[in-house]
Amino acid sequence: MLTKRIIPCLDVKDGKVVKGIHFENLREAGEVVTYAKYYSDEGADELVFLDISATLEKRKTVKHLVKSVASNISIPFTVGGGIKNISDIQILLENGADKVSINTQAVKNPRLIHDCAKKFGSQCIVVAIDAKKKENNKWEVYIESGKSPTGMDVLEWAKKVEDLGAGEILLTSIDADGTLAGYDIDLMKKVTERVKIPVIASGGAGSLQHIYDVLAYGNASAVLCATILHFKQITIRQIKQFLFDKKIPVRIV
Amino acid sequence: MVGIIHYGAGNIFSVLTTVERYGEKVTIISKPGLLKKVDRIILPGVGSFDPGMKFLIDTGLYEEIKDEIKKGKMFLGICLGMQMLFESSEEGKQKGLECIEGKVQRFPNQHGLPVPHMGWNSVNITGNSEIFNNIPDGSFFYFAHSFYPVVKNKKMVIGQTEYGIKFASCVQKDNIIGVQFHPEKSGKYGLLFIQNYLKL
Repeated sequence: MLTKRIIPCLDVKDGKVVKGIHFENLREAGEVVTYAKYYSDEGADELVFLDISATLEKRKTVKHLVKSVASNISIPFTVGGGIKNISDIQILLENGADKVSINTQAVKNPRLIHDCAKKFGSQCIVVAIDAKKKENNKWEVYIESGKSPTGMDVLEWAKKVEDLGAGEILLTSIDADGTLAGYDIDLMKKVTERVKIPVIASGGAGSLQHIYDVLAYGNASAVLCATILHFKQITIRQIKQFLFDKKIPVRIV
Repeated sequence: MVGIIHYGAGNIFSVLTTVERYGEKVTIISKPGLLKKVDRIILPGVGSFDPGMKFLIDTGLYEEIKDEIKKGKMFLGICLGMQMLFESSEEGKQKGLECIEGKVQRFPNQHGLPVPHMGWNSVNITGNSEIFNNIPDGSFFYFAHSFYPVVKNKKMVIGQTEYGIKFASCVQKDNIIGVQFHPEKSGKYGLLFIQNYLKL
């Protein structure tokens, strides 16, 4: 049986893992390779490595950092942040990334999703969608690290990225991110009803129950956790044991 | 010496570092002439069917791979590299390597399960192959694929996985092994799988 995945997210700036509340007030947390190895050994099912400064500061993700992270772990590994074109993606994949996550550039140039899926396969193209709630139970797509509204509807964009060949959606609720108040279950449910590709829930995990809720009621295939794990409020082992006891399929290591 | 075939797209870094971890020398192979010199071959799995097959055909590696396999050289195909061992795939129009009888098809959507099949799933060991030495039945491996092979000769299926349907997640025909999961990304049992392959 396919298990639900627990995915630590390493938001990285200048080679350090940082914590983001509402994508601002960055606080230093620790060395990226140390975290990657720690989580891999703890039983993380995958890792996501987001160079959060890359889009804003037009900085490219450092390839040797990717390489050293990939050399230290034997679980899948996604890299995102500041990806502009197919050659950026090729470089990341060649240096050990299994998947790439595209956000701002996917909105600006949707064709990139199609071209990359064709060249590298859908399984390595994750489209990250940052969603902000509007009135009338609708959500708007934001880009540039949650700074710029696009006017696009999240559900429509999710369907479009699936049609273009994305293999997965990483869905972040900007409203919930970093609050520890729980995932936006409504948002997750609506998106998973709309698309057939796996959706990873991100933004808001503050308790074991929150994680259970988004998997059980939001139909997420995986959860992305940052804040809750980085400061060791909850460990991956605790999450998996909790889910296992509640009959959610997980990989216990 | 292990030859890893690199067809221009995607991550072969992980397979490479995993093999090197066990003290094996590795040659990256993108053109004909080198396959004869290696003791075993790995065809990693990233990309999509047609560009992958086209690369093998255009470079002339296609015939050379088949020759080496016929001579009995150990061959491991991972994910797309497994699918390429069959006759054809619904993902593309190119012919496959035609080393194992069967066709590759897409997961049906009617089971309400997301496609791609993405994540950790268990493998039930259905054969006696040494490739699964010290790996418990039902161990979890990492999958990331939308297509799976329908194997004509069921005796060649040595590992099975369930995702709406039961499909062949590992096949073996003499010196040829194909795995739908990514052993290089599957934690300790994945590493053990690669280690077993290097001993075969």
